[in-house]
Amino acid sequence: MITIKNLFKQYDNVTVLNDINIEVFDNEVFGLLGPNGAGKTTLIHILATLIKPTAGTAIVNGYDIIKNPSEVRSSIGIVFQAPSSDDMLTGYENLKLHSLLYAVPKELREKRISEVLELVGLTNRKDDQVKKYSGGMRRRLEIARGLLHKPTVIFLDEPTLGLDPSSREVMWKYINRLVKDEKITLILTTHYMEEADFLCDRIGIIDKGMIIAVDSPTQLKEQLGGEVIEMEFANKHVDKENIDRVLKQCNFVRKVEIDAKNGNVLIYVDDASHNLPTILKILDKANNTEVESVELRSPTLNDVFLKFAQRHITKKQGLDEDEDDSEGGFMEKYAQYGNK
Amino acid sequence: MILKEGLWKNMPNMVINKSWIELGLGKLYAIWLREFKVFLREKSRLIASTFTPLLWLFVIGEGFGSTTDFFGTMDFAADSSIGYQQFIFPGIICMSVIFTSVFFGSYIIWDRKFDFLKSVMVAPVSRTTIFLGKAFGGMTTSLIQAAILLVVGFVIGIHYTPLSMVFIIIIILLLSFTLTSLGLTLGSHMESLEGFQLIVSFVVFPLYFLSGALFPLNNLPTWLSILTTLDPVTYGVDALREVMLGITGMNSFALNISVLLLSAAALGTVGILSFRRMKAV
Repeated sequence: MITIKNLFKQYDNVTVLNDINIEVFDNEVFGLLGPNGAGKTTLIHILATLIKPTAGTAIVNGYDIIKNPSEVRSSIGIVFQAPSSDDMLTGYENLKLHSLLYAVPKELREKRISEVLELVGLTNRKDDQVKKYSGGMRRRLEIARGLLHKPTVIFLDEPTLGLDPSSREVMWKYINRLVKDEKITLILTTHYMEEADFLCDRIGIIDKGMIIAVDSPTQLKEQLGGEVIEMEFANKHVDKENIDRVLKQCNFVRKVEIDAKNGNVLIYVDDASHNLPTILKILDKANNTEVESVELRSPTLNDVFLKFAQRHITKKQGLDEDEDDSEGGFMEKYAQYGNK
Repeated sequence: MILKEGLWKNMPNMVINKSWIELGLGKLYAIWLREFKVFLREKSRLIASTFTPLLWLFVIGEGFGSTTDFFGTMDFAADSSIGYQQFIFPGIICMSVIFTSVFFGSYIIWDRKFDFLKSVMVAPVSRTTIFLGKAFGGMTTSLIQAAILLVVGFVIGIHYTPLSMVFIIIIILLLSFTLTSLGLTLGSHMESLEGFQLIVSFVVFPLYFLSGALFPLNNLPTWLSILTTLDPVTYGVDALREVMLGITGMNSFALNISVLLLSAAALGTVGILSFRRMKAV
C-alpha cells in the first residue's frame, strides 16, 4: 500500500529523515514508534504531500507523492497531532465542508457523514459548535473527517496525545473498530509503547530520523530473548553452575544469569507463566537453598526501544556493546542480553 | 493495490462524470461557505467593524463638518446639500472595506495557527481554489459591512439610484477583492500573529489616510500627492464620490475603474503565487 524509497529530508544542514525505506502492506496497522523529534511527524507530512522530501520518494496507494500529489491526497485521510477542525462551525458543518473539498458525490454525502458520525459516536453532538467539544470528541471528529472520503490509507499522528487514560482507551477502541469496519491501511505515530503494542500489526522504530527496526510487536519483544524470571534465594551465594546444569534439561530455558548487583538469578525463558512452576519444582529438588521471591517480567516495547536505540548508537560509535555493561539499570542491561 | 469490498475504488472513479470546473466550483463554494458562516457567527467582529466607521462618520464627520471655515474652502461647496459628513461618506465606506478586507485576508494567520489551513491543504484542492474561495469570502464580508453603512447613508441624506447602486457594488467588490488579496498575500508570508500589528500600522492605516477618504486631493503638497496616487483605494474613493455625490474627482470614472481592475488583477495574481509558494506546515 505504501512504499517508501530512500527518503531523505534535510532542513538547512540538519538531517531530519535519513534514508527511510519502509513497505506498508494492505490493511495493516503500521506504527511509527519513536521519541519526540525522531522525525515521525515529518515523515507523515511528507507522505501526505504537505512537505517535499529532499531526496527519494514514496508510493502511496499506487501514486507517487511527488508526481501525483493530488491523487495521493484523494487516497489518504489524515488526523493531525493538533485538532484542525474549525471550532466556529458545528461538527456536521466541518464534515460537510470536507466532503465538498474531497468531492464526495452529492448523493452519498449525507449518508457518509451520518456513517462516520455514528462510527466515532458523535451523532448526538453533530449540531454543536466544535468549540463546545471536549479534547477527546475533537479528536474523534478529526478521525471522522479523515474517513469521510473513504480513503484507502489513513494517517493518525499521535492520536491519543494529550488525552486522559480513559479517553485514550476509548480512542483505542475507535481505532480498532475502524480498522475492522472500514478495512483500511492505517499508519500511526506514537511515543507510547503500550499504544503501539496494543494497536499495531507491525512497528517501525524510528530514532534520529532513521528506521532502526521494523517488525511485529511480538517479534520485536522476542528478539530481547523471551521473558525473564528473576529469583531471589535465601542463600545469596548460589551456585550458578548448578542452576545452569539442572535447568539445561528444560528446552524452554534460554539462559541463566546472575545479577551482579544483588546476586539474584535471572532466568530467560519462553512462556514464563506456564513454565515457572516447573522451574520452581526442579530448583526445589536440586538446590539446598530456598527461593525467597520470584518476579516475572515480560519485555515491554520500552525495553525493545532501549535495546534498538542503544544498539544503534553503539554501532555508530563503533564501540563494543559490552563496554557499556557497567552502566544503566536493569532495563539497559536486559536490552544488551538480547543482542548476544 | 487490492481493492476492498464496499469501498469507493478511488476518487477519480467516483467523480468520473464531473468536469474539473464543476469540481473546482464545489470546492470553491465549500471554502467560501465556511468563511461566510464563520463571519455570521462572529457577531463581535461584525459589531466592532460596523461601529468604527460610524464613529468616524458621525464624530469626525459632524465634528469637522461644524467648522464652516474648513468646509468653505472646499471646491464642491457649490452643492449646498453636501457637507463634510456627506463628503467623507464614500471614504468611510472605503475605510470599512479596507479594514474588513485586509483583516479578513490576514486572518489566514489564525487559520494556520489553529491548523485549519493544514487540513484544507491536505485535501485535493488547488491553492488557487483556496485563494479564490477566501477572496470571495472577503468580498462577501466587505459587501455586507458596506451595505449596513449604505443604509446609514439614507439617514445622512445620500441619494441612490438603481444605476448608482450597481456602480457602488461593483466598486466595493473590486476594491475588496484587491484588498483581501493584499491581506491574504501578507498573511501567507507570515508565520506568527505578531506581524498582525505591523499590518495594521503599515498597511491598513496608510491605505486609509492616503486615500483621500477624509480630504479632497486637489491642493495637496507634492509628496502627499504622490503617495495618494500610489494608493489603490484613492481610485475607489474617487469613483464612489462621483457615483454617490456627483462630485467630479481627480480622475475620470473610466480611469478609476481601470485602475481598480488592474490592481485587482495584479494583487490577485500576486496572492495566488504567494499561496502556491506558501508552506503547508
